[in-house]
Amino acid sequence: MTVAAPEPKVNMGNPVPRYDAVVKVTGRATYASDMPLANPAYAYLVTSAIAKGRVESFDLAGANRVRGVIDIVTHENGPKLKELKLYSNGGYAGTTIQPLRSADIAHDGQIIAVVIAESYEAAREAANRVKVSYTAVVPSATFDSPGTTTAAAKGQNSQFKEDPQVGNFAKAFEDAEVKLTASYDTPTQHHNPMELFSTSCAWIGDNLVIYEPSQYVYGLKNGVAEQLGIDADKVRVVNPYVGGGFGSRGSMTPRTAIIAAIARRLNRPIKLVPTRDQGFTIATYRAETRHEIKLGASRDGKLVALRHEGAEVSSRPDPYCVGGTKTTTRLYACPNVDSLVSIVRADRNTPGFMRSPPEVPYLFALESAMDELAVKLNMDPVELRRINDTTNEPIGGKPYTSRSLMACFDEAAKAFGWSQRSPEPKSMADGDWLIGYGCAATCYPTQMGPSAARVRLQRDGRTRVEIAGHEIGTGAYTIIAQTASERLGVPLEKVAVFVGDSELPPAPVAGGSNSTASTCSAVMMVCDQIRQRLFKAMMPNQSLTDRAKETVGIGQTPATRAAKSDRSLDLEKAFDALGAGVVEEYGEWKPEDAPPDSFQAMHSGHVRLVGGHSLKDKIAYAFGAEFVEVRVNRFTHEIRAPRLVGAFAAGRIMNPRTARSQLMGGLIWGMSSALLEATEIDQRTARYVNDNFADYLVPVNADVPGVEVILLSEQDDHINPAGAKGLGELANVGTNAAVCNAIYHATGQRIRKLPVRLENIEV
Amino acid sequence: MRSFLYQRATDPGMAVQALSAAAAANNPLTQAAAQPLAGGTTLIDLMKLDVMRPAAIVDINPLAQGWSGIETGGEKLRLGALAKMSDVAAHADIQRHYPVIANSLRLAASAQLRNMATLGGNVMQRTRCSYFRDISYQNCNKRIPGSGCAAMDGVNRMHAVLGTSDQCIATYPGDFAQALIALDATVEITGKSGTRSMPFAQLHKAPGNTPDIETTLQPGELISAFSIRGRWPRSVYLKARDRQSYEFALSSAAIALDVQDGVIRDARVALGGVATVPWRAREAEALLKGRKFDNGLAQRAADAAFADAKGRQHNSFKISLGKRLVARALQQASTMEV
Repeated sequence: MTVAAPEPKVNMGNPVPRYDAVVKVTGRATYASDMPLANPAYAYLVTSAIAKGRVESFDLAGANRVRGVIDIVTHENGPKLKELKLYSNGGYAGTTIQPLRSADIAHDGQIIAVVIAESYEAAREAANRVKVSYTAVVPSATFDSPGTTTAAAKGQNSQFKEDPQVGNFAKAFEDAEVKLTASYDTPTQHHNPMELFSTSCAWIGDNLVIYEPSQYVYGLKNGVAEQLGIDADKVRVVNPYVGGGFGSRGSMTPRTAIIAAIARRLNRPIKLVPTRDQGFTIATYRAETRHEIKLGASRDGKLVALRHEGAEVSSRPDPYCVGGTKTTTRLYACPNVDSLVSIVRADRNTPGFMRSPPEVPYLFALESAMDELAVKLNMDPVELRRINDTTNEPIGGKPYTSRSLMACFDEAAKAFGWSQRSPEPKSMADGDWLIGYGCAATCYPTQMGPSAARVRLQRDGRTRVEIAGHEIGTGAYTIIAQTASERLGVPLEKVAVFVGDSELPPAPVAGGSNSTASTCSAVMMVCDQIRQRLFKAMMPNQSLTDRAKETVGIGQTPATRAAKSDRSLDLEKAFDALGAGVVEEYGEWKPEDAPPDSFQAMHSGHVRLVGGHSLKDKIAYAFGAEFVEVRVNRFTHEIRAPRLVGAFAAGRIMNPRTARSQLMGGLIWGMSSALLEATEIDQRTARYVNDNFADYLVPVNADVPGVEVILLSEQDDHINPAGAKGLGELANVGTNAAVCNAIYHATGQRIRKLPVRLENIEV
Repeated sequence: MRSFLYQRATDPGMAVQALSAAAAANNPLTQAAAQPLAGGTTLIDLMKLDVMRPAAIVDINPLAQGWSGIETGGEKLRLGALAKMSDVAAHADIQRHYPVIANSLRLAASAQLRNMATLGGNVMQRTRCSYFRDISYQNCNKRIPGSGCAAMDGVNRMHAVLGTSDQCIATYPGDFAQALIALDATVEITGKSGTRSMPFAQLHKAPGNTPDIETTLQPGELISAFSIRGRWPRSVYLKARDRQSYEFALSSAAIALDVQDGVIRDARVALGGVATVPWRAREAEALLKGRKFDNGLAQRAADAAFADAKGRQHNSFKISLGKRLVARALQQASTMEV
């Protein structure tokens, strides 16, 4: 075993190498824009240079003179598309702002023209020669800009149903022995996945094939069909590999139907590869947020009152919000809780999911406040969490299915050397550098969605697993292969996995960290169906209970002894008994508490995730604890984070290698979020200014010399058949607060606004 | 990017000829129809962004044989303009006798860029001002003379506090040029009438009323070499930045001292990341010369270096940061074992 492939503990799978490792490192993995097309034309976007107003006119003379230009599509000759409908409103899109419909401009960087040419270079040159006259209106950029409107999230966003409350916060806070009130800010951030927001569309007669990095091929397929007004069965989305998603590819963007419609009109495949800066405005982002936390506690550290108020920016037409109070009001034992989430509308593109959307900003606020409270109480921050640890969430009193928060704190503290910390701020140093230690809790809801799978087993053990899951870099191929291999008892190298294709059986969106739980539960169920058939063939007269459930479509693992048995299957004997060369089974699995329309919705590309606090009589979360060492230069105030240590418990760990990689990436992302990442908005023009990889900073290797991931053993039989809690979005949640808490320890200065930069430090 | 003609230089004369033929006398060189291509790490970027639109490119890499030497013998250093940043940074004599040069190069960009980029191209690197590099912004006096400056009251955290004008506050982004200007380097220029030399300090022009004119180079002229008299083993380059590598300076200091019997005989102070051009802080040098080093003196020198600094909304922090950095760099230089 190596650092990259940790020794499996109890309830962990083997750290087998990635299924797609070789094709990835040898550059043979085909991403959407690598897909060969017959005689394609190339599209290049022209995007708006103003955030609000209208296009008065285009001067296309110069652009049309560029050799190789085929067409320039604007609102004047744009495709007629059906209205975009939000995913949260029964649709598929992440925004309702439809470009090329009229001259109106609703945000910076809105698509206002598409140039089609014989080559990428010609399309780009022509796009640069398009001259646009605008009538600009002064836009509202963000919080505090004149012209924004603010209203409670409840009542306008169908996914934000309730501001959680319990007890009597006002009285309890008033009477509390120790009180804290503090405000926190988080910035605008963009996902910036390595793979750009490309789209290729090719029509074969009435059938459309779309190559696009998507985290939800069924959603995209159905959404584009709806916008084009064609049968969804005529649309196929293919993306065997996705170069990062982080939520940016979960819901449909307007570009896809536009490119499809132009390809249909020109009767030619079209390839669009937008630029990095266009990615900032044609997709979604994490909006800036503001928070006020009030904590009341007894002198011995018990929370008696907690209030979390959050405000989030969204676009004019769409009420997007993340509403992380659903998590922060339930994390610790506290009898009196109040909360409120508001949405502030500005002239911006609609924000959307970005890795742990609710938890990142809201836990930054709560976990910073907990550290501040620990200081007020003169208490070790780990002990403050221990005192307020709970087995039941305080709002509805439901039990956590499992909760290893304090075990994570203890393991991580030990590995980090927390006991070496001298609690006094500014008390540790090394030469020019002040040293600070900080920690925070992290958590993420365990979510599942309905999923189907098809598995084919041959007499020689060769196995083919088909499921429209998504390989966004997380290890989906690997753990699906492992699941089938383990369940069927066939060697891993005999398992072939097919994902990323809407012709395959439907799987949920690769979002909300549900994929492992959902797809593996479905694959397990279908593998069990195969085992059941084979055992039945060998033992046709076996006991009555085995007939209990013929499984297709009922959404539960077969209850038969045969299928569940651990005994290995002699494949040759079984196939001989069956008299067949191949067994193929298809099945549809849905989680407990799934809504009644789950399977219908699954096929039509609608998300039906359940989990977290939305389960009927329980609450399911994965937990972790994160410790950070920061160093702050006395002279330059530069801030570095040489050590990140996290311990995590997430039910069954399917593969310690891919799990570690996800969690390590999360810790690094979290540090980056705390110290580097922010999209700068020009307040006068509501435009994103640093929209490129030189100015939007992410860490380089030199910034992360030490990252340690500790996987805790945890068994949870109350969540899903796979026993797995999603962990892709677990590790980047607590890091923001852990970094700021460490900066406080290093400098004595409390920073409540991200990202922390050297000018924010006064030593 | 627009279509362009690509030519390979066969010799310096041909390169100069091809470049000067396309240069209109009344146009700044940055907008000349023909542009020289060395490492390409700035030019190609700006062409893709449509900021630079040359009709022709003259690839001068074939001149490397004559123009990439690193001569360190004796009391004079001569660096060919086509020497790669990485080769110069790794050169043992440069590290030993000119640490400020080696470190200014080592701390710049990324390993990949340093392998491509040349010294001549590096000093000609253009500003990273976001409003300059994005043509959808209409107000940039450097790109469109007379159009205004979007950075002045915009997102200007990275912008300059020294050498600014009310036309432009764009920062000169490089590192190496600070070492050159501190060490009184001479720049050797090859043009139509042969080779001429001038102090490196005269190469860059502060924006004033013509931010579009960035250097004093004449049409067709190419930088062929840099030279420095004497050795400067007591020299440092300190750079403060948001991340540990691959990032431009928020503030940097190139310091060289000549200390004998505890007295500073000569002092050189140059500043990066804070000024519109490579910046020599002569007021600071004057304070240091002839005195014994102590921390108070370093602080006074640092204050003097920034006496004329003017901050804007988001970059005022650079003034106090720059002072702390200069003082620290002076302390480090004074205690170096040489």
